[in-house]
Amino acid sequence: MSDKNLVMSGSNLERVLKAGHFAVTCECGPPKGADLDALHTKINLVKGCVDAANVTDNQTAVVRMSSIGASAILVRNGLEPVMQMVTRDRNRIAAQSDLFGAYALGIRNMLCLTGDHQSFGNHPMAKNVFDLDSIQLLDVVRTIRDQGLLNNGEPVEGGIQMFLGAAANPFADPFEFRVIRLAKKIRAGADFIQTQCIYDMDRFRAFMKMACDMGLDKECFILAGLTPLKSAGMAAYMNRNVAGITIPEAIIQRIRGVPRGQQAEEGIKLLLDQIQEVREIPGIAGVHIMAIEWEERVREIAERAGLLPRPQI
Amino acid sequence: MIVADPKPFGQVKSYVENFEKILIVGCGTCTTVCLSGGKAEVQMLASGLRIAFGKEGRSKTILEDNIQRQCDEEFVSPVLARVTDEKIDAVVTLACGVGVNFLADRLGKVPVFPGVDTTFYGASVEPGLWAEMCAGCGECMTAHTGGICPIARCSKHLLNGPCGGSENGKCEVDPSKIACVWQLIYDRLKALGRLEELKNLLPAKDWRKASDGGVRQTIREHLYKLK
Repeated sequence: MSDKNLVMSGSNLERVLKAGHFAVTCECGPPKGADLDALHTKINLVKGCVDAANVTDNQTAVVRMSSIGASAILVRNGLEPVMQMVTRDRNRIAAQSDLFGAYALGIRNMLCLTGDHQSFGNHPMAKNVFDLDSIQLLDVVRTIRDQGLLNNGEPVEGGIQMFLGAAANPFADPFEFRVIRLAKKIRAGADFIQTQCIYDMDRFRAFMKMACDMGLDKECFILAGLTPLKSAGMAAYMNRNVAGITIPEAIIQRIRGVPRGQQAEEGIKLLLDQIQEVREIPGIAGVHIMAIEWEERVREIAERAGLLPRPQI
Repeated sequence: MIVADPKPFGQVKSYVENFEKILIVGCGTCTTVCLSGGKAEVQMLASGLRIAFGKEGRSKTILEDNIQRQCDEEFVSPVLARVTDEKIDAVVTLACGVGVNFLADRLGKVPVFPGVDTTFYGASVEPGLWAEMCAGCGECMTAHTGGICPIARCSKHLLNGPCGGSENGKCEVDPSKIACVWQLIYDRLKALGRLEELKNLLPAKDWRKASDGGVRQTIREHLYKLK
C-alpha cells in the first residue's frame, strides 16, 4: 500500500481513515436497469451517514447498471463512491481503460475483486474472462498509480491517485491461508480492506490476531464487514446457502427467539452489538455495513451506533 | 487424454436425415478410453440409427469403421479411400473435435458430422469418472502449485490462492462435484513442506501461448525440414 500517513488520492474515505477516525462505509447497489430514480433514492438514504458507499459491479453476477456509471452519479450527487471492479467480465485492456474513465469521472476509491462466478447470476450461460485475479488487478492498478506504467510497461498519460481496496473473507477455507492471502493483497497494493460479513466473532478475532501479529493492521486499514439480519429465515438461508458464511446457531436462535414482527428490530440490535464488538478488536479501522436492499435503515443504524455525524475533513 | 461425451442420439440422427449411405467412424485412442467413441459406441450408434430410420420406413445404409487415431494421416487415409471407393454420402465421427476437423479438411465434397461433444483434457480418476486436469494454456506453471493446475481446476482460474467461496475443500460453483483446487494445492504444498510458495505473488499471466494468441502450431524442426 501507499504511505499510511500521507493522503494521496483526494478520497474522503482515505482522509477519514488517515486522520484516525473510525470509518463507516455501506453498499449502494445499482438498479437492474437505467432507473435513475431508484439510484437517487438510495443515494439520499445513505448520504451523510457514511464516509463512502460501495457501488457493486454486477454483484452475484446479476446484470445491473455499471459500477462506473452509478459511481459517477454518486459523485455528481455528493456521495463518495467506492467503485467495485471485478475481473470476471473484463480483461486487462478493459480494466485499465475503465480505471482511467472512472478516474476522469471523479471516482477516487476502487475495490478490486475477482467477482462471483457467473453460474450464480442471471446469465449463467455467459463466457467469463478472469484474465486477472483480484490480486493481479490490484497490482496492475497500483503500478499505474505509483509508477505511471501500464501492465505492458508503457507510460500512462496523466497520473491517477486511486485509494485502493480489496476484500477479505476470514471465514472461507483453508483458514490458515486467509491471512497469507490478505498479506498478498496488501503487498499487491491494497490500502484498505473490507471483510466478508462477520457473524462468527471468535473466528474473526482469531483472524485479526494473526493479521496483527504479522503487522498487517499497520500496513492497511481493515474495515469489518457486517450485514444486518432482517429475520431468522434470512439468517438460516444465508447460513445454508452462501458459501464462506457461517452464522452461529446462537445468533439464529437470538433472532428466532423474538416474534416475527420484531425480528428486524432484533437484527438491528444484533448489528449494533456487533459494531461495538468489532470496535474493540485491535486493528479494526472501521465498519462496512452491507444492509442489502435495506438502505432505509442505514441512517438509523449509524445514529444508534453513535457513528454520526461523520467527520468533515 | 481428450475426454468427450456422446451427443444426444436425436441430434446425430438429425444431421444425417438427408443422406443414404452413412459411415460411422470410431477412434481407437482417447474416445475409446473414455467410452464415447470406440468400437462399442460405433456399433450402438449404427444400430440405433438403423432401428430409428427403419421404424420410419426409411432404409439407409449405415456402415461402421474404426481406426486407431483420427488425428494422423497414416491412420486416416484408408478411411478417406473407403469413402471414395464406396461412394459414401456422409461421415459421422466419434473422435474428438480434432478428428472432426482432420477429416473435414480431407473429405472434399463429403460432409462429416460430430457424434460426440468434446469436453476437456482429463484423467480417469475413478472407474467411470473423468475429471479435467489441464487447460492447454501453453506455459505450464504447476511448478509453483505443487503440480496441481489452478487454471484448469479452479472455476475462476485464480493464480494467487482460493477465493471466498472455498468451504470444506469444495468449490462454491458446485460443492457436490468440484473440489477447491486451492485447498488441494494448499494440502499438497503443506505435505511437501513448501507452503512458502503460496506467499509469492504470481503476476498477470501472459496468455499469448494459450489460444488467446491465435491459432497455435508446433514445429519440430528436425522432422519438419525433411519435408
